[in-house]
Amino acid sequence: MADFSRYDRQIKLTEVGEDGQAKLQQAKVLIIGAGGLGCPAALYLTAAGIGTIGLVDHDNVDETNLHRQILFTEKDIGRPKVEAAKDALEQRNSNIVIKAYAHPLNLENAYKLFTDYDFILDGTDNFQTKYLINDTCVKADKPFIGASIYKYQGQLSVFNYQNGPTYRCLYPTHHYKDNSNCEETGVLGVLPGVMGTLQAAEAIKIILGIGSPLVGKLKVLDTLTMKEQLISFGKNEKEVDRIKSEPLALEVAKCSLKETDHVYLDVRDLFEQPRPESEQLLEIPLNQLGDRHKEIPRDKKVHVYCQSGIRSKKAITLLEKEYGFDNLVDAGGILNLLEPI
Amino acid sequence: MSITIKYFGAIAEATGVTEEKVALEEVGNSIEELRSYCLTKYGDVGDLSFQVAVNQSLTTSGSLKDGDEVAFLPPFAGG
Repeated sequence: MADFSRYDRQIKLTEVGEDGQAKLQQAKVLIIGAGGLGCPAALYLTAAGIGTIGLVDHDNVDETNLHRQILFTEKDIGRPKVEAAKDALEQRNSNIVIKAYAHPLNLENAYKLFTDYDFILDGTDNFQTKYLINDTCVKADKPFIGASIYKYQGQLSVFNYQNGPTYRCLYPTHHYKDNSNCEETGVLGVLPGVMGTLQAAEAIKIILGIGSPLVGKLKVLDTLTMKEQLISFGKNEKEVDRIKSEPLALEVAKCSLKETDHVYLDVRDLFEQPRPESEQLLEIPLNQLGDRHKEIPRDKKVHVYCQSGIRSKKAITLLEKEYGFDNLVDAGGILNLLEPI
Repeated sequence: MSITIKYFGAIAEATGVTEEKVALEEVGNSIEELRSYCLTKYGDVGDLSFQVAVNQSLTTSGSLKDGDEVAFLPPFAGG
């Protein structure tokens, strides 16, 4: 038997014991998103001795991540998140395996990746990936521990566990205008720490088979009042059957830009939603404008937008000052420009 | 005869309140009527997706009664 002395304080729990520790050692957990939720979840799962932890994230560490993504230090700024996370976790526990996947989760890789793990922990920051995780879990018959945050409030639930309710049973779809993330709205750094840690607790319970996982229940916590709700919800059999029978597809909130004759420049990152369908649309993320400004026409008005209206202003200032553009109009945040299809 | 409505996430920002007590006769007697009452009172709520729970249980339709506690729950995207 492996040396479990470091886990003595949890082995002492009668529900855990040496057998439980061996279960933790054999477990494989895949964490999608090494961000505010993924960092604390990975830390506690590493400390608890989960044998194999996979981390999926395509992003690099940014200075603005540091107030909540507690695996990262100032020295990690600019590094791929999964690499920085792997280094930090391996320093804490050399007896486990950390696998780093520095690419986005997508339709092509999701199913194969999920089949290599026992279950999934969702630490993503957008609806499209949450629905992709849900639908892939239904198809691959894997549970997933979902959490999401908004400013001071968090939600937590365990989905698709032993044929239980799924994320779509709770939220079947989402509105095309409904798309806030931490980057746009701000978030209390402690909040993902609390919610990600609760996800780790659910993960350990599931592996050990102890207590009652949060199945068919949504925990809603408001850190401003410390009040919480525990909302019951049932399985939508029809919806689950639909997911099983249809090919995996991305959740798209169908919308278009109101003024179809305008030329638009979208300076958001390519993963940000919703992405309207339009013929006259240029998509150049803010940080690529320096390299790609020649793609922007100068002979007609170009309406610049982002998610909330902050980056559109920055983009215009940059393009006017550095590259002499004089044909740019600030269209602000995308939500004012949309109409549903 | 009244109900208590709790608003969460972006819904609370669209309504400007986190909680309110409303007379049942003002709202109507069903979840459907409650939804349209809120959409009329707070136009911005119409831009958001949300689920309704009555007494801590998710509900899409049905009647409301005195003392019910209703929660408007939007999905959160952040992580």
